[in-house]
Amino acid sequence: MGTIDPGTANLQPPAVNLQRRGFVELLLGGGFLATAGAFIYPVLRYFVPPKTADLGGDSVVAGKVGELKPNSGKIFPFGNRPGLLILTATGEYHAMSAVCTHLSCTVQYRPDMKEVWCACHNGKYGLDGRNISGPPPRPLQAFDVQVRGDEIFVTRRKEA
Amino acid sequence: MTVLRNAVNWLHDRLEWDDLIAPLKEKTVPRHRLSYWYFLGGITLFLFGIQVVTGILLLLYYRPGANEAFESVQYIMTQVQFGWLIRSIHSWSANLMIFTAVAHMFSVLFLKAYRKPRELTWVSGVILLGLVMGFGFSGYLLPWNTLAYFATKVGTDIAGQVPLIGHPIMVFLRGGEEVTGATLTRFFGFHVAVLPGIVVLVILFHLLMVQRQGMSVPPSVETEWTAKPSLKRETRFFPNFVLRELMAWYVGLGVLGALAAMFPWNLGVKADLFGSAPAGIKPEWYFLFMFQTLKLIPSKVWFVDGEVLGILAFCVAGLLWLLLPFFENDRAARSRRWITGLSVFALAFVIAMSVYGYLAK
Amino acid sequence: MATLQSEIRPSGVLRSLLAGGVLIVAAALGGAQSKNSCVDCHSALPDNLGVTQETFSHDIHAQKGLTCVNCHGGDAGSDDPTQAMSKKAGWKGAIDRRQIPQLCGSCHSDPAYMRQFNPSLRTDQLAQYHTSVHGKRLAAGDTKVAVCTDCHSVHNLRAPNDPQSTVYPTNIATTCSRCHADANYMKAYGIPTNQFANYNKSVHHDALMVGGDLSAPTCTTCHGNHGAAPPGVDSVPNVCSTCHVFQAQMYEKSSHKAAFDSAHLPGCIVCHQNHAIVHPTDAKLGSQPGAVCMRCHQPGDQCDQARGDILAQLTKLDNSIRQADQALAVAEAAGMEVGEARLGQNEARDSLTKARVAIHSFKTGVITPYVEAGMGAAKKDLKAGQDAMVERNHRRAGLGFSLIAIGMVVFGLRLYIDKIEK
Repeated sequence: MGTIDPGTANLQPPAVNLQRRGFVELLLGGGFLATAGAFIYPVLRYFVPPKTADLGGDSVVAGKVGELKPNSGKIFPFGNRPGLLILTATGEYHAMSAVCTHLSCTVQYRPDMKEVWCACHNGKYGLDGRNISGPPPRPLQAFDVQVRGDEIFVTRRKEA
Repeated sequence: MTVLRNAVNWLHDRLEWDDLIAPLKEKTVPRHRLSYWYFLGGITLFLFGIQVVTGILLLLYYRPGANEAFESVQYIMTQVQFGWLIRSIHSWSANLMIFTAVAHMFSVLFLKAYRKPRELTWVSGVILLGLVMGFGFSGYLLPWNTLAYFATKVGTDIAGQVPLIGHPIMVFLRGGEEVTGATLTRFFGFHVAVLPGIVVLVILFHLLMVQRQGMSVPPSVETEWTAKPSLKRETRFFPNFVLRELMAWYVGLGVLGALAAMFPWNLGVKADLFGSAPAGIKPEWYFLFMFQTLKLIPSKVWFVDGEVLGILAFCVAGLLWLLLPFFENDRAARSRRWITGLSVFALAFVIAMSVYGYLAK
Repeated sequence: MATLQSEIRPSGVLRSLLAGGVLIVAAALGGAQSKNSCVDCHSALPDNLGVTQETFSHDIHAQKGLTCVNCHGGDAGSDDPTQAMSKKAGWKGAIDRRQIPQLCGSCHSDPAYMRQFNPSLRTDQLAQYHTSVHGKRLAAGDTKVAVCTDCHSVHNLRAPNDPQSTVYPTNIATTCSRCHADANYMKAYGIPTNQFANYNKSVHHDALMVGGDLSAPTCTTCHGNHGAAPPGVDSVPNVCSTCHVFQAQMYEKSSHKAAFDSAHLPGCIVCHQNHAIVHPTDAKLGSQPGAVCMRCHQPGDQCDQARGDILAQLTKLDNSIRQADQALAVAEAAGMEVGEARLGQNEARDSLTKARVAIHSFKTGVITPYVEAGMGAAKKDLKAGQDAMVERNHRRAGLGFSLIAIGMVVFGLRLYIDKIEK
């Protein structure tokens, strides 16, 4: 009762359609290959890890040993914000956020004062980030420093 | 070509799949003016497959944990080759899948495919819809941006409003009293392990039922065919229907690719637990109709708290929805009209409330 | 307790008149925890003589356990006005304005006494006051000038770190303006009364009142509080340099310092004003009316040329930064991630700020390195924005290729299905 649509049983085309048959098969085959390529190529590229390693949001390589002279500091990018890495005259590393807690200017290390200073409104911080004088209302967030090999790792302190 | 044929024959000699494939070879699908609706279920399954593949790829780089989640998604979007593509496809496909799942459900409803003997297919389908929304809710938090954080906060708050069991449910969902990094870890576990495990079993059952019972024919077409049997038309499942489905799936791929390339999913701003909620925060579109309804209910109805009443109403409605096929009694025609009326109302309500929720401030 | 030195007796007639009318009220008002008959009566009196328990409860002295009699003398235990306000009980009555600083100072300048309450409080306020314009004029007999109670208020005197105190940083300007913005009141002194109005236009006012930055300067920051006096013409740069260190250092070494000093011009104020210190724009370096350089310099001379050069450099950097910002915005709108370049823009903006600070050296050679650094950063960010758009086009091309391939498959399937169903 009723009709069932013909399936592949009907695949004996008359000679007239020979050209068309080849065309359809070519179209399909070519299409499948092209789409397969278009899908597999990105996935294969995806598998390859990028050159810049993702250490996570908490840790970053701030510099290399020997890069900083004693009693000097440098600004390094830490996620979205600048950080300050200091090497004291006695060979200790300190690291802290470089965003001033007053009006967000970038602070700097002053070798003459041996303190962290903000040029915008003369705010001063100690080597532990504590706000000592001037407008800043809060200390700078301090980071942990670890030297592994010749790389200096700066890590955010974990929240509770 | 012969290489392929030899390989197939080699496997066939060892696996002997003739009796498994035979029913598939004979299987037919009814063909009538409404049979295009049959594709929706397959498309939903296809999109789920896309989610699994892109999800596994994302797992290679994503890190759960309040300190790292946002940065890892940022890494995927900016540093990983084609990471933007994989992530955007995952996000778009999630939304499209929920849409097709809901469309599939309403088409089943209007075409009356839930009738005996397919009641369990309906029940498993509604369960699947709930699981899919669970996927959406848990996955939304994983990038750990402000919108996600507050949407989760509001959503779990609402869950906590259910009388008696609400608070324990909320604590279970949040992994604590508040939404924290613990919530993120927990949602990650739900999203990549718990829900996939459960949903795979339910999908298998759902598909098994569909395969064994075949496709349902809408009542109007049935009556036509009973009157004039010569009108009845069927298509072979393999290869005709499968090829058509393949077409639909390829179109779906094209749509996904276009959406991902033209409208990449954005990163947002990293969640700040101590910040205040952005003004006019709303849940994702598939929760909007519930959200907006709750907002419209007055704060006190008689002596009952308005929001609690709303949540309970939705729970009851959900339960009735799940058991819908069992309300069709002996006087099939009459109850069927009721159900049609209810379906129209439900669809109109969901659309109207979603639009309202989207436009409201 | 330190000895009080003044003795003033209010009119006896006045006292008797009040006594009768108030006795009933006094009886009605029950006893406080510790008897204070002063407040019992005076809380019912009209404004001039009225002090309620509620008002007095906010007073820092009351909170430390000091009451009416500690300043006014008298006997707080007696409900009888004649006894409460008797000379025998040490009653001093309302304190004359000329005596107020001395009265307050009798405790607040005594370190040994103040140590009991707050050892870290300063005790030199009275000494400072004597050096101030207010103090000197008061000593010369002018009772219109401010004394302690005018600024700190009295009977509801709050500690300065209480946000509702009249001398909390956000309230100081208003307190000073009560006299200094009153043209009538200040008529005899011949000094301007527009300082408050001008200050309210200033960037310091915005920082303090709008931004909530309590370290932003208000009247007392530059003029001193107890030793209030205008800074001398020579000391203006010193005052400003407390916060604006770099600008001051550059100015010190510049040609303008010598020039202004010899002309007795007050340094920073010449270009920036004293009270209406608005946010400076690059237009200040222009040649239109309102720009500052051309007030003194001749058009066409060496300084005018330097001015033009500096303005051109700053404008060039500003435009570069804007251009890069725009390119990044376009990239973001197209869905590309340019977060790193956005950060780089901060570096460029920092350089622009430093270049603007370097204006105070009045030497093009000092400004140029900052401008160059900023240009480098802005150029890099512009390129990042442009690269992002190139990448976007690549993506579109990739999408196009995929869509064509997909189209081939879909079309092919359509044809194949048609064929097998014939």
